[in-house]
Amino acid sequence: MSARRLPSGGRIDRSQVLRFTWDDRVMSGHPGDSLASALMANGEQVLGRSFKYHRPRGVMSAGVEESGAMVTVGEGARRDPNVKAPMQELFNGLTATGQNAWPNVRFDFGEVNDMLGRFLVAGFYYKTFMGIPPFEWGKGTGAWMWYEKFIRKAAGMGSASREADPDQYEQGHDFCDLLVVGSGPAGMSSALAAAEAGLDVMLVEQDWELGGSFLSQTGSESKNRCADMVASLNNAGVRTMLRTTAFGLYDYGVAGLLERVTDHLQSPDPYQPRQRFWTVRAKQTILASGALERHIAFGNNDRPGVMNAAAGRAYVNRYGVLPGERVIVATNNDSAYHSAIDLASAGAEVTLLDARSTLPGELSERIGEAGVSLRTNTVPLKTKGRLSVNGLELAVISVNGWRARGAESCDAVLVSGGWSPVVNLMSHRGVKPKWDAENACFLAPSRHETIQMAGSAAGYWRAADCELSGIAAGSVAASALGKKAKSLVLPPIGGWDLAIKPVYEVKVPGKKLKCLVDPQHDVTAEDIRLAHREGFVSAEHLKRYTTLGMATDGGKMGNVIGLALMAEALGREIPEVGTTTFRPPYTPVSIGALRGRSVDEHFRPLRRTPMHDWNLSNGATMTMAGLWHRPWYFARQSETISEAYVRETETTRKTVGLCDVTSLGKIAVQGPDATEFLNRIYTNPFAKLPIGKARYGIMLRDDGFVMDDGTTWRLSETEYFMTTTTAHAGKVMVWLEELLQTRWQDLKVHVTSVSEQWAGCAVAGPESRKVLATCVEDASVMDNDAFPFMGVVETKLKGGIPCRIARISFSGELAYETYVPSDYAVAMMDLLWPQAEQSGGCLYGLEALGAMRIEKGHVTGAELDGRVTIEDAGLGKMASPKKSFIGSALRNRPDMTREDRPKLVGIFPKDRSQTFNAGAILCSVEQVSGLGEGWITGVTHSPVMGHWIGIGFISGGHEAWAERTAIAADPVRKGNTEVEIVSPHMYDPSGEKMYG
Amino acid sequence: MIRIKCPFCGERDHSEFTYGGDASIVYPALDATAEEWHEAVFMRENIRGMQTETWHHVNGCRMWLIVQRDTMTHEIRSVRPAHEGLAGVLEDDR
Repeated sequence: MSARRLPSGGRIDRSQVLRFTWDDRVMSGHPGDSLASALMANGEQVLGRSFKYHRPRGVMSAGVEESGAMVTVGEGARRDPNVKAPMQELFNGLTATGQNAWPNVRFDFGEVNDMLGRFLVAGFYYKTFMGIPPFEWGKGTGAWMWYEKFIRKAAGMGSASREADPDQYEQGHDFCDLLVVGSGPAGMSSALAAAEAGLDVMLVEQDWELGGSFLSQTGSESKNRCADMVASLNNAGVRTMLRTTAFGLYDYGVAGLLERVTDHLQSPDPYQPRQRFWTVRAKQTILASGALERHIAFGNNDRPGVMNAAAGRAYVNRYGVLPGERVIVATNNDSAYHSAIDLASAGAEVTLLDARSTLPGELSERIGEAGVSLRTNTVPLKTKGRLSVNGLELAVISVNGWRARGAESCDAVLVSGGWSPVVNLMSHRGVKPKWDAENACFLAPSRHETIQMAGSAAGYWRAADCELSGIAAGSVAASALGKKAKSLVLPPIGGWDLAIKPVYEVKVPGKKLKCLVDPQHDVTAEDIRLAHREGFVSAEHLKRYTTLGMATDGGKMGNVIGLALMAEALGREIPEVGTTTFRPPYTPVSIGALRGRSVDEHFRPLRRTPMHDWNLSNGATMTMAGLWHRPWYFARQSETISEAYVRETETTRKTVGLCDVTSLGKIAVQGPDATEFLNRIYTNPFAKLPIGKARYGIMLRDDGFVMDDGTTWRLSETEYFMTTTTAHAGKVMVWLEELLQTRWQDLKVHVTSVSEQWAGCAVAGPESRKVLATCVEDASVMDNDAFPFMGVVETKLKGGIPCRIARISFSGELAYETYVPSDYAVAMMDLLWPQAEQSGGCLYGLEALGAMRIEKGHVTGAELDGRVTIEDAGLGKMASPKKSFIGSALRNRPDMTREDRPKLVGIFPKDRSQTFNAGAILCSVEQVSGLGEGWITGVTHSPVMGHWIGIGFISGGHEAWAERTAIAADPVRKGNTEVEIVSPHMYDPSGEKMYG
Repeated sequence: MIRIKCPFCGERDHSEFTYGGDASIVYPALDATAEEWHEAVFMRENIRGMQTETWHHVNGCRMWLIVQRDTMTHEIRSVRPAHEGLAGVLEDDR
């Protein structure tokens, strides 16, 4: 016999029928059903297979702690594994399948593991397979990794879809005075009290209905009470969020919420995200998160038909499903009496086993009236049956523990081993829960920071007390925010008629039982004793060795029993063994919700230059440079990238080339002390830079390593235009702000980032002067004498376009950088390009730019990686010996001035037809292993040289390697290449072309 | 998530800010000895408790701030502009 739907009752809508499929079989349920209740109503008992032993599992609970009915919901790309069936709202068209079983959960070949269970104890796989083969050769990680593939296949849960997630997710932000987690009696009453006192209240509930424990109560009194409170909440303006889990609590009252927007809908509107990830900043927080009922470790306590007592009550009262006809309720506390009464009233034949010897007065009378037969001093010992429970062996109290005493037939067993208040969220705040021996549970402090506990989460067991504690917490929150609220006297914690009798495990001498402690990870009571025998006695080691509490429920089911058993093994009390630290998330959060909309092109911001479209319409192929989208090369006809950049390099060196250099960082440095400021941050002197001249400068960090380089142009007595590398633009700006605001507050200097305000174009090559002369209004400004190397001119392009031009060269040719206000970028290109084209010039991209700078030995972000001194970069002459500057004190430390430091060099392949890769390690011929002698940062084909060249660093620099061959070692890509080390100035070392 | 009361912008998430460093360090003059610079750049107290530190409101007003923060609890005791002139102006406004 199995569960069945009752002819009436419950909070389901019987007027509507929902169709869903379970393992390809069509079944029906009603709105208001969970997947678990619907499956039970359809007579399904085996809904899952356990992690390791493939033991059959059915519904074990009615909530988030579910460890039996874990199923896969959805198909194809939307397949969602390990869904807890009691938490899945039923909808028309839902498809669910069993998991971790073959061919299916009802008949699973993997069950053979259960028969071998006595061998498959904690640590079995490691102990066994890491020891195979039993001799030294072949032992170790490699062999283990081979076995592991098969072991992983046999153990596990559901499998995720391999397809890309087709759903959208959103992230939201919100604020409130008070965040209430949980909508049971305590949550609703606290939200109401606070809202009536004038607070802006958010109430979040993971279920699809408000009410918490009200929902599984029977009788019109509690139903009306619940409905009244829901109505009052709405009237009081409380913002309620259903299907929303507060999964984590963080500093400053920040809570993480996961709202399941469409997981319960057959055909969501296309604009709806599947889930929303909320960051809520609450001034006050009340955790009315309830309590979870514990089970007891007895023989085969995980067989389908065994569930916690409160779940039995929920299925009868909320879903109208009777879990069995002949039900045994086993308890050690008062709460299960209500379950026994409700099941008996619904028509089941109920036997109540109470582990205690005395009875709670009023409750025991009521169960008598309900026709429940009662046995005291009795506990469950072992279930009987195979795919579902058909009987229960019992044990009674004896002088030293328990002894077996007969069996009863039954088709459902409801267990209550006590209650664990949900202190998880408070634990996220670093608060250690304390053991309360009287109530046999861990409790968090009632108040910490701006957070309060209320209701059964605070250890109140009676609904009336929960409401009181909720009102009190709501009032405290209101007074904390300056509102008038009455203060209440709280009842004492607890509230059962008769104290709980702690029972964690039932075992009798001479009987081997499989008692599950953590059913989701198949951890048994015996595993915990084994861990103790093997020396894993601290709670933290115990967890890791047995994997107790490390499954998807995060220890909700097993942690307390596990600690109790370890305490028993050690002969200590539970609080001496340890406590359990809960970490976010309370329930699993999908990766999709964490990423929100930050995916694909939205993963990070994209920066485009003002001539982006112009570049595209002139044939640019783009590439990413940091956040920037920059022209990579401008292919003509069917050119490949290599053909294109080689042509661009040759053309630029022969005539002229134009390149978008807008992405360089640009900073306006203004003020009477600007000169002094620059003189302090750059290694070379800036004090005497005349107006109308630019200077290449290097700045170091405090520790003496190179931070960045660039040119700085003097525009007036008090104004400079600084350029930085593209990569370090942001960092340099932050650094200048820090120096001015913290260290040198007396300097009258203002720095402003103007990177977005100015668009830049490099005009490079022998014809560059001619091209620019035809584009400026007054051609005479371009005369060689008037505009020498490193000169700066502020002038106008034809049509009155304001521009600033500096004669500086990254390519090594006669070259200029021309900047115009960003809005004129396209106008500038429309002026320059026809002139350049007439001179036989070209547009060039990042690839040609890189090729030319490598030929020239100019450094970029790839070389200035934070480990390089100014001498390493071959720019030692730029460090003034006459002045002090940032980094000047520490750059002379012994290790930074060693002769054998890696220094900037050029690299040629020994066989000129060969090539090599950036990232290769430079080694001596004698030792091609280890860390090597240096590394390669950039490689290009040099049209000037006619072969491949590279730039990089090698110990001692090129002088030390004059007569020696080095090896560019690249074992995982193209292998090793013999190379020559040369001066980094591979092209025009004297600079004639640049100065000419 | 820490919330920082920027004196210019109001209370904001810490993700708008970047952490600078120990604000109690007095950097020596540029021509000071390597030993003095070594002391300032590398030697740090690893404080458990209230620490004075710099933060940069990099995705906001771009002001450098001096924040007193408990490294254990993240409690923030005070926030003021690092620039004493600005701090003084704010003080006068009150």
